[in-house]
Amino acid sequence: MGHLLKKNTIGWFFILISVLAIGLFYFYPMIQALLLSFQSGMGANLQYVGLDNYVRLWNDPSFMAALGNTCIYLIVQVPIMIMLALVFSVLLNDTTLKFKGLFRTAIFLPCVTSLVAYSVIFKYLFGVDGLVNYFLVKLGWMTEAINWLADPLWAKVIIILAITWRWTGYNMIFYLSALQNVDRTIYEAARIDGASNLQQFFHITVPMLKPIILFTSITSTIGTLQIFDEVMNITNGGPGNATLSISQYIYFLSFKYTPDFGYAATVSYVIVVLIVVLSIIQFRVAGDRND
Amino acid sequence: MIKIKRIFTYVFLSIASLISIFPFLWMLVSMTNSSVDVTKGRLLPGTHFIENLKELFATVDLIPAFVNSTIIAFVTTFLTLLIASLAGYGFEMHRSRGKDFVFNLLLLSLMIPFAAIMIPLYRFFGNITSVFPAIGIDTLSAAILPTVTTAFFIFFFRQNTKMFPKELIEAGRIDGLSELGIFFRIYVPTMKTTYAAAAIIAFMNSWNNYLWPLVILQSPEKKTIPLLISNLGAGYAPDYGVIMTAIVIATLPTAIVFFFMQKHFVAGMMGSVKG
Repeated sequence: MGHLLKKNTIGWFFILISVLAIGLFYFYPMIQALLLSFQSGMGANLQYVGLDNYVRLWNDPSFMAALGNTCIYLIVQVPIMIMLALVFSVLLNDTTLKFKGLFRTAIFLPCVTSLVAYSVIFKYLFGVDGLVNYFLVKLGWMTEAINWLADPLWAKVIIILAITWRWTGYNMIFYLSALQNVDRTIYEAARIDGASNLQQFFHITVPMLKPIILFTSITSTIGTLQIFDEVMNITNGGPGNATLSISQYIYFLSFKYTPDFGYAATVSYVIVVLIVVLSIIQFRVAGDRND
Repeated sequence: MIKIKRIFTYVFLSIASLISIFPFLWMLVSMTNSSVDVTKGRLLPGTHFIENLKELFATVDLIPAFVNSTIIAFVTTFLTLLIASLAGYGFEMHRSRGKDFVFNLLLLSLMIPFAAIMIPLYRFFGNITSVFPAIGIDTLSAAILPTVTTAFFIFFFRQNTKMFPKELIEAGRIDGLSELGIFFRIYVPTMKTTYAAAAIIAFMNSWNNYLWPLVILQSPEKKTIPLLISNLGAGYAPDYGVIMTAIVIATLPTAIVFFFMQKHFVAGMMGSVKG
């Protein structure tokens, strides 16, 4: 009994720093943010204002733009990326394919770059005097350069392209590793039964990888909802508020405009709610198909 | 028919690979070209590298930023590994219902978006600045502290600890080692590859971190590499050759880590999902 008690106490000792640090740097600030979201004022001069900040959300065009943009990034980018990563992994899982290692490394390479570094590169690739314009004009596909980043629609497209470039290979690696554990005889049996490649993909590969697809969907959703580095460095939220993301708006509210920490905290809780709701939905959808 | 499909696969993968690599090639080539050549779409190496390098060192304080990033990345990696492996070990080796509950609670923190806790954290460090100036706003410590404990790495170490042979611990107890002695003398050396995988990911995350350093580090001499790169691009008449040189230098450490430890890096990612 004494030994058991001692072992248990030592177990708690091992996890003590983590519990304290996560409490101090995650949960305590979360509660602080909730309290802050009911306060308003300039800088350190804050007063409780009840639900005013939450009412303000509905009449704030910048917030609505940020929310809309972030949702567009999410809805367009995450499915494209997951699909693309699945296709790459299925193609690269073919044992008879040559140069597999080369293709895999190449497609995976973007995720070693820092978000800021690649954002700056994308900014110049799609600048008015950037490389993309230069070649499109030179090849005669366009008569004159497009100011991609000054166009509300194209600017969003570039942001989506950028995130997809950075993260597809990252997700691919998860699928590739999971596919290596799938028994190949299942595919042989399916082929003998006359299943096409497409049927094999949707009826064998996708169901087999479901747990990993759920994992990557949730991490990608959480990541995209928090997107900051790219919009800050490629478009700075512009033109107008056409690419502004929620995280960037929080940053602007706190450190660029007249600081209103209370309202910024209110906006931040929108991301919290979105993450929780979307994660529950994703779990539900994956769970239903399980039965 | 099968042949056409095969050719299509190769073409598709080649195009995808080219798109993936192209920005890297472009930045490497542009590093050696003048700004004008970069905008003229020159895709061949030039002779401007030394000039770009000189210009870069003349316009920005690259060395201090590099030093700051290096200090932050190394300290963060060391503390992350220490704290997370202690916890992963504690959760897996000394299991109890209470700890399982705490573990699940810690995992919940993975859902907390950084943007939501950024302002309270900033205010927290602001409040302690007058009492503990060494860890207050605009210090490297403040840039490091909130980033060293993440549930991801605790989860990662716990997952990998499941494979650890428990007899080794019993052997250590019989030899009279203390619990901490067992951890440092037996567990740590045995788990080398797990530590390597976690170290790479922690180092890359820290080296590339942007938002928190942007918020907490304010004076120019405290800037990190991502903050410096971000500022370089903000000018009206950017010198593309110089910026590309800076980006290559900024990317070099993580690229080197990646190339020499590719296997561990991938193992680290997978370690986070295996059951």
